Amino acid sequence: MAGRLWTLFFMFAAVLAVVVFWMAPDLGWWFPGDGRAHTPLGQKIDDLFYLILTITGLTFVGVQIALGYVLWRGAAAGQDPQAKSVFSHGSHTLEVIWTIVPAGILLFIALYQMDVWAHYRVKTLFPKKLEPVAEVTARQFEWRIRYPARGKKLQPTPQPDDLYTVNDLRVPAGRPVSISLRTEDVQHSFFVPELRVKQDAVPGLVIPVWFEVTDVGTYELACAELCGWGHYKMKARVKAESAADFEAWKTQAAREQFDDGYRPPADGE
Amino acid sequence: MSTLSPTLDQAGHGGHGHHAEPHPLSLLYALPSFSRDHKVIGLQFLITTLLMLMVGGLLALGVRWQLAFPWQRMPILGDWIYAAQGGQIAPEAYTMLVTMHATVMIFLVIIPILAGAFGNLLIPLQIGADDMAFPTLNMLSYWFVWPAIIAFAFALGLGPEWLTGVAGPGAGSAQGWTSYPLLSALSEAAPGSGMAQTWWLIGLTFIGFSSMMGSVNYLTTIINMRAPGMTLFRMPLTIWAMFITAILQAFALPVLTAAGFMLVFDRLPFSVHSCFFIPSGVVVNNAAATVGGGQPLLWQHLFWFYSHPAVYIMLLPAMGMVSDMLSCMSRKPIFGYKPMVYSMAAIAGLGFIVWGHHMFTSGMNPALGMTFMVSTIMIALPSAIKTFNWLGTMWGGRLQFNTVMLNCIAFVSLFVVGGLSGIFMAAVPVDIYIHDTYFIVAHFHYVLFGATLFGVFGAIHFWFPKMFGRLMNETLGKLHFLLTFIGFNCTFYPMHMLGVAGFPRRYADPYHFPYLEHLLPLNQFVTCAALLMGFAQFILLFNFFSSMFIGKRCGRNPWHANGLEWTAPSPPGHGNFDVPPVVYHGPYEYSSPLCGDKDYLPQTEYVPLPQRQAVAKAGYGH
Repeated sequence: MAGRLWTLFFMFAAVLAVVVFWMAPDLGWWFPGDGRAHTPLGQKIDDLFYLILTITGLTFVGVQIALGYVLWRGAAAGQDPQAKSVFSHGSHTLEVIWTIVPAGILLFIALYQMDVWAHYRVKTLFPKKLEPVAEVTARQFEWRIRYPARGKKLQPTPQPDDLYTVNDLRVPAGRPVSISLRTEDVQHSFFVPELRVKQDAVPGLVIPVWFEVTDVGTYELACAELCGWGHYKMKARVKAESAADFEAWKTQAAREQFDDGYRPPADGE
Repeated sequence: MSTLSPTLDQAGHGGHGHHAEPHPLSLLYALPSFSRDHKVIGLQFLITTLLMLMVGGLLALGVRWQLAFPWQRMPILGDWIYAAQGGQIAPEAYTMLVTMHATVMIFLVIIPILAGAFGNLLIPLQIGADDMAFPTLNMLSYWFVWPAIIAFAFALGLGPEWLTGVAGPGAGSAQGWTSYPLLSALSEAAPGSGMAQTWWLIGLTFIGFSSMMGSVNYLTTIINMRAPGMTLFRMPLTIWAMFITAILQAFALPVLTAAGFMLVFDRLPFSVHSCFFIPSGVVVNNAAATVGGGQPLLWQHLFWFYSHPAVYIMLLPAMGMVSDMLSCMSRKPIFGYKPMVYSMAAIAGLGFIVWGHHMFTSGMNPALGMTFMVSTIMIALPSAIKTFNWLGTMWGGRLQFNTVMLNCIAFVSLFVVGGLSGIFMAAVPVDIYIHDTYFIVAHFHYVLFGATLFGVFGAIHFWFPKMFGRLMNETLGKLHFLLTFIGFNCTFYPMHMLGVAGFPRRYADPYHFPYLEHLLPLNQFVTCAALLMGFAQFILLFNFFSSMFIGKRCGRNPWHANGLEWTAPSPPGHGNFDVPPVVYHGPYEYSSPLCGDKDYLPQTEYVPLPQRQAVAKAGYGH
C-alpha cells in the first residue's frame, strides 16, 4: 500500500499549501501595514490580485484533486498483478475542452486587467498633464528630493529657491501627485509597498510617476533594483499630508533652508 | 528496402565490428579523457553539473544564513572565508553570493545538466544513432565548460588579487545574474564591478560557446541520424524537447553573446571606448562624469531576449524526460502525444515574444507592457495543456511508485504551483507590486527547482542503469526524494508570502525596514528547511557513486521500457547498438493489445500488419 501512502503524502502537501495561504493574513505574512493599499490604483491592484488568487487557487485545488484521484486509483492497480492499464492514446474531445476552457479564462484575465494598466500608465494623467510636485533623484545609497519653491513650478534644472530634502518625500494627500524620477548613477527603483507603487529609475531618463495617496500618513520607501552593495540601505519615507500642511511645511522648510544663522543684536547700536 | 530487415552481418558495417559487452564501469573509466563518445561526454557533463549543484547550493546557504541571522558570525565557513570581517558576510559579499548562486545554478547546473548531460546521453541512444553527428564538436562543448568554470571562479573572487581585482570572495562580481548596466558597466559602481565583472562576462561567453556547439550538434543529429522507421512522430518526447530546446539555443544565444561583447567593449578602458549602454553625465561614486549616449534599457532588451527563452531551455528537456518516465511508470501510452509536441513548440514560439514581462517596471514604453502581458498570459495555455496530458497519462495506469515515479509526480505537482504563480506576475498591474520581491523568487524556484530539478532527479534514477548496468538504491532514492520534497516546499512556499508582504530581493539586511521586521522568524524557518534540503543532496551523491559499484545488477531493460536505448547493452559500447535498430512503433505502446503476454512493446519489435490492422479497427488507433 506504499502507493496509497505516497498519494496521501502528496495530498497532505497540497492541503497544507492551501491552509497556509488561507492563514497567512492572520499570521502577518500578508500585505504590509494594515493590509490595505493607500492609493486608488493600489486598491485596484489588490482587487486584481485577489481575483487571480481565486482563479489560480481553484485551479490548484482542482488539479490536486485530479492528481489525487489518478494516483489513488493507479496505486491500487499497480499492486494488482491481474490489472492492466487502460490502453489509450488520448482523447480529442478532452484536448479540445482543456484547450478552450483555460484559453477563455486566460484571455479573460488578460483583457480584464488591461484597463487598470491603461489607466495607470497609458491614458489618464499620463505623461505630463500633472505638474510634478518634486524631483526624486536616486543615488548610491539615498534619495535626494528637490521641490519647487512655494507657488512655483518644478523646473528641469535646479533653481536657486528650490527646496531640498534627503530620504524624506513630502506629498499632499487626497489628490493625484506626480514626481519626476531620476538617478544620478546606476539603476534604482522607487518602491513604496503600502502605496503599491514601483518604478525603476534609469540612468539618462526622467520618468514621471504619479499616484494618489488617500490617507494622511507616513509610508516606507525602498529601493527595488539591485544598485550595489548598499542596495538594502536605501530606506526613506513618503509623508503624505493635507494640502494645507504641505504648504505650511514648505514655508517652514524654506525658512530653515535659507536661514543663514544671522540674528541682529537685540539692542541695536 | 533491405535495410529494414537488420541482420547480424550488417552489424559489421560502419567500423564498429566487434560488440563484446563493455565493462560496466567503462564510461566512468573514460571520464578523464578527451573522449568523443557521446555517452562519456554526457557522464562528464552529469558529474560536473552535480558537483556544481553542490557549489551553487553552498552559495545559496550563505545567502540564507545572512537572511536568517543577519550580521552574525557564519558557522564553519565564516571564520575561514570572512576572517577579516569577523566571520560576517559583508553586504558586498552578500550581493556576490546572490549573483554567483544564480550564475552557477543557471549556467553551470540547469542548462548543462539538461542539454549537456541528458541531451548527450539520450539523443543518439533514443533515435538509434551510433553517435552524434559531430563528435569532436561535442567533445569541445564539454571542455569549453571548464574555462567558464575558471572564469566564474575568478568572478567569485577566487584567485590572485591582480587577476580578479578583489581580495578573495569577500566581494566578487555582484551585479545580479542579470548584470544590468550601469552597475555592471562602470567599474566604480561596486567593488565587484572591476575585473571580477569582466571575468563574469568571459565566463558567460565560454558557456555560450559550449551551448552553441551542443545545439548545432543536436539539431543535425536529430534531423539526419534517426534510425530507419524513426519518423518525427515516433520520436520520444525527450527528443522532441531536446530538438526544440536546441532551436531556442541556436536562435536566442547569439543575441546574448553579442550583448556580452558590447558590454565588454563598454567596460574595457583600453578597448574601443564604446558606449552602447552608458548615457552621458552619469557620476558614479564621485568618478568623472561619463561621456556617452547609450541606453541602459538596451541591455535589458538584449539580455531578456535570450534569457527568457533560456527559461524554457531550462524546462523543456525536463518536460520531455518526465513524459517518457511517466508513461513508462504508468505502463500507459502518453496521453495526447501530438498535443504534447505542439504545446512544446508553442511554448518555444511564444517564448520569443514575452521577454518584455521582465521589464514592466523598467521604464520602457508602458503601452508595450500590454502586448507582452497578453503573450505572457497565453504562454500559460500550452503549459496547462501539458499538465492535463500528464494527468491523463497517469489516469487508469498501473502506477509503479518507485523513486523515478515519485520525482515525476513531484515535477507535475510543483510545476502547477510554479505555473499558477506566474500568472500573478504576467498581470502587469499586479507585477508593479510584486516585481523584484520574493514572490518572483518563489515562482522561479518552483519552476527551475520544483519542476526541472525533480525531473532531473527522476531522470538520473531512470537512466542510471543504462550508464552502469546497475540500479540505484531504492531506499536511499526514496529517502532523498522525501527529504528534498519536504525541504523544498518548506523553503520556497513561504517565499510567496514574503513576496506578498513586499519583501524585496537581494537585500543584505531587510529587517531595518519596520514593515519587514516581523518576517525574521519566517526567514529562519526557511533557512532551516534549506539546510535540510542541502544535506539531502549528499544522499543523492552517495547513492549515485556507490551504486556504480554495489548497485543491483540489471539487464538491458530493467524498467520494461519501449525506447531504443533499452535495446542497447548497459552501458552501450562504442557505436551503441549490436545491430542498427529499425523502428516499427512509437515509443509509448505500453499495455497495447499487441504486446502479447508482456505489457510493453519495444520500438524494434515487429508486429505483422494484419494484427496491427485488427487492433486499429478495434478503436485503439492513434
